[in-house]
Amino acid sequence: METRYSRQTLFKPIGEKGQHLLQQKHVLIIGAGALGTGNAENLVRAGVGTVTIVDRDYVEKSNLQRQQLYSEQDAFERLPKAVAAKTRLEAINSQVDIRAHVLDIRKEELEGLLKGIDLLIDATDNFDTRLIINDLTQKNDIPWIYGACVGSYGLSFTVIPKDTPCLHCLMETIPLGGATCDTAGIIAPAVQMVVAHQTTEAMKLLVNDKASLRKRLISFDLWKNEQSTIDVSSLKNKHCLSCGTKPTYPFLSFEKQLKSSVLCGRDSVQIRPSDIMTRDLQALKEQLSHLEGKVESNPYLVTFFHQKHRLVFFLDGRVLIHGTSDISEARTIYHQIIG
Amino acid sequence: MFIQVNGKKDEVPESLHTIADLLSHYGLDKKVVIVEQNGVIIDKTTHSETLLTADDQLEFVHFVGGG
Ligand SMILES: [Zn+2]
Repeated sequence: METRYSRQTLFKPIGEKGQHLLQQKHVLIIGAGALGTGNAENLVRAGVGTVTIVDRDYVEKSNLQRQQLYSEQDAFERLPKAVAAKTRLEAINSQVDIRAHVLDIRKEELEGLLKGIDLLIDATDNFDTRLIINDLTQKNDIPWIYGACVGSYGLSFTVIPKDTPCLHCLMETIPLGGATCDTAGIIAPAVQMVVAHQTTEAMKLLVNDKASLRKRLISFDLWKNEQSTIDVSSLKNKHCLSCGTKPTYPFLSFEKQLKSSVLCGRDSVQIRPSDIMTRDLQALKEQLSHLEGKVESNPYLVTFFHQKHRLVFFLDGRVLIHGTSDISEARTIYHQIIG
Repeated sequence: MFIQVNGKKDEVPESLHTIADLLSHYGLDKKVVIVEQNGVIIDKTTHSETLLTADDQLEFVHFVGGG
């Protein structure tokens, strides 16, 4: 008998039967930051059959304090998080099929990734993406687990289509366009607490033990020694445009406007060319070498140091412009360099 | 007056009369927050009319975006 999962199968609510179920499931994790790396490591160690992880960013030194799959070498090489995460996860458990995508998730990308998915775990850092997730999972009848944290505070809720309220029901007045920038810092244990709630709910769902789901909205503050849970079932709104009787999925049309966005607390702007494209990094390197400024690259991205700004070009066409949080300034720099 | 907030006893100024007053006292007035008072979720539109009473049991959950 295989000993790898023996402690988990000894745990009665999972057992051999649950383990077998886990091995047949496919979990999609959106975001490979703090919450994403924590959930991914837990689920891969637990032996979930397939784990897909998606992230738009690359590893930086400031990630290492809490993003548990990354090393100094990953930050030094500026590896895309999805790529670095996949390498580490495969070293942890070679039996799991791990798929990685370096992508900024919007409606089109997510729609393609949802096929065959049993569960989605939210590990994003913004509400724009969460509300797209919320609408698309309702449309495709896939459960998802919201999680978020800042400082020593965190919260989580499990959304089951047709059963629980959705994120739109809970938030009602939503900061459309993402005015929510958390700049209060974060301690790793707050991340791990949210991860513990998310992964445990995920396991319950994956072994078909729906009766054990928490069913409540939970929040905590580890530094202030507070915890709160609220039964929010009464907030399920039959007129909700995302999960009600006549859904219009409002956030699937809103997203089209988001071509450029300011990255929270990072003094950076992301520019997304209007058509999804692949950027020829080799040609770009050649083009940049004629300009003033240092060029560095790895197989996934090219970094260009231009005066006081740093531009990072990804294969999928996106550009991160560091050193400004002004979208129009960022666009000007982009056009100066790319034409 | 003494109230119970997220499982912890807290003393708040007598000048706080409503749920809305309490939310700004805790710096949560600009946040998206779900409030439960003595086991009942209080509709957002009535936060400024819903009165606070000593020994109330309150639960606050506010939404954040980080991850
Ligand atoms: Zn809803």
